[in-house]
Amino acid sequence: MITQGTFAYLPAFDDAEIEAQIRYCLDNGWAISVELTDDPNPRNVFWDLWGLPMFELTDPRAAMTEVTACREAFPNHYVKLSAFDNSRGRETIALSLLVQQPANEPGFRLDRQGRPGRTVGYTAHSYAADRPHGERYA
Amino acid sequence: MTDPTPNGDAPAEDRWGAGVISYKKMGYWRPDYEPSDTDIIAAFRITPQPGVDPEEAGAAVAGESSTATWTVVWTDRLTDHTRYQGKCYRVDPVPGNDEQFIAYIAYNIDLFEEGSIANLTSSIIGNVFGFKALKALRLEDMRIPVAYVKTFDGPPHGIVAEREMLNKYGRPLIGCTVKPKLGLSARNYGRVVYEGLRGGLDFTKDDENINSQPFMRWRERFLYCMEAINRAEEQTGEIKGHYMNVTAATMEDMYERAEFAKELGSIIVMMDLTVGYTAMTSMSKWARKNGLILHLHRAGHGTYTRQKTHGVSFRVIAKWCRLLGVDHVHAGTVVGKLEGDPNMIAGYYDTLRDNFIPANPANGIYFDQDWASMPGVMPVASGGIHAGQTHQLLHYLGEDSILQFGGGTIGHPMGIAAGAEANRVAVEAMVKARNEGRDYFAEGEDIMRAAAKKCPALLAALDTWGSITFDYESTDTADVAPTPS
Repeated sequence: MITQGTFAYLPAFDDAEIEAQIRYCLDNGWAISVELTDDPNPRNVFWDLWGLPMFELTDPRAAMTEVTACREAFPNHYVKLSAFDNSRGRETIALSLLVQQPANEPGFRLDRQGRPGRTVGYTAHSYAADRPHGERYA
Repeated sequence: MTDPTPNGDAPAEDRWGAGVISYKKMGYWRPDYEPSDTDIIAAFRITPQPGVDPEEAGAAVAGESSTATWTVVWTDRLTDHTRYQGKCYRVDPVPGNDEQFIAYIAYNIDLFEEGSIANLTSSIIGNVFGFKALKALRLEDMRIPVAYVKTFDGPPHGIVAEREMLNKYGRPLIGCTVKPKLGLSARNYGRVVYEGLRGGLDFTKDDENINSQPFMRWRERFLYCMEAINRAEEQTGEIKGHYMNVTAATMEDMYERAEFAKELGSIIVMMDLTVGYTAMTSMSKWARKNGLILHLHRAGHGTYTRQKTHGVSFRVIAKWCRLLGVDHVHAGTVVGKLEGDPNMIAGYYDTLRDNFIPANPANGIYFDQDWASMPGVMPVASGGIHAGQTHQLLHYLGEDSILQFGGGTIGHPMGIAAGAEANRVAVEAMVKARNEGRDYFAEGEDIMRAAAKKCPALLAALDTWGSITFDYESTDTADVAPTPS
């Protein structure tokens, strides 16, 4: 099981707990984005956007509606919430919360390429990525 | 500005007679002077020898840290000397202390080479600390003007770029220094790194004195650490790092080690403060060029930062390190085993992270400091901290920090990975509670006990270290007590 996101080591959040985190983000003036992927490689930065980030949102339930819709449309994908802080000098993600993980996560294989001087080239290979985009975790 | 003795201490004709006159008479005491926006300003805590006038002592510090020598020299008159003179413009008594005074000195920006902390420090703390007319001298703070800030590159990446590189947001990062500090073989050392990272740490760390000793050479250490990092990344799907200490006897050796770390795919290297300001600046430029995070361990700083009467405050060292450019620097824990008054440490953390820091005597901050958008440095808390203090650590140190539980990870009764897991769970549970609006500082123990019900590793950590505190009086505290709000 991959452990990405701000709360990866806590038991999976229920909807009320997710909503509480959304409320915290909105209270800070951050925009909420819902993103999904079927390739959880740690260096896969650009997950697919479920619509544009929600700016000027005040009601956490509106964001929860989008989370629910995304989870229903992609029940076997990774889905996460990202909160964007646009304040000066920050202008990046402030919080990132996985809100869905596939029931079965095959994870990664570590490929090693022996190189001169006993150095090793490492590649973390997503088992899921052996299948075409959209057919992973089917 | 042509009259060198505007306060009328001596007629102008006496100023240039051969022989010794007071520093005040030489023009280093200028109570009328208003610092310009581009002046570098220093606040010194001075303890004059008995019988020495505090204003004369302040003038002497201004003189000895700028143009003066002990006697009048006619060659001053070949220069626009009032421009180059350090100007002591204010001397305040320290509340409740008859011996100490704070002297404020302004320096023209032309006194300092652009982008050179070595040059800045050679002036400001060069000769003057051994000056006989003072019993003790401490550099408390400096105002670095924007004009001078902009001559430095600053952190190679900074907090925002580092978080994006790691893909980790919204919580303190969690690390651990490999223990024992000395003696492990490279393979055994890599085992500790692997267990810690797979258990839930973001970083592991070489200690300051792990360089390349007979029991473990640097190249072997780097190889085994990379195996550990990559195995942990594969198991967690997270980016992991180990601070590869490239501190060495020469710059050539440091570059060789850093290049090797880069070739192996390490995302971070580290160095010790002991290498000096020029070497640190060189490594900063290397890290920027090569895209590696640069960690600084402040080894040795306690020799000159700790005592309140003499030396250099760590808030000044923090400013110099932000200017010369590091991504991480150790800045105190408040609750751990090493020196640190909560208010003073808050001042260090603000200085490292914020863009504008207002003067705040309660935190030891003497001047407004504008960093003009220079990225912030991630402060590192390390030394005698454990999971049971998580609520205090989050409260005092904030989210943009790295909490390094060394013994608190490796000494865990269920093993290193369990120790790492306990720390990660404690931190995440505390951030969750904070975000939910709970008074996590007051309820910290309850929050952790609740989290521990679902995490046996955390329960064991709390049972082992829950009551351990290091409650000693700090030696370095603010002169003014904060007003309760």
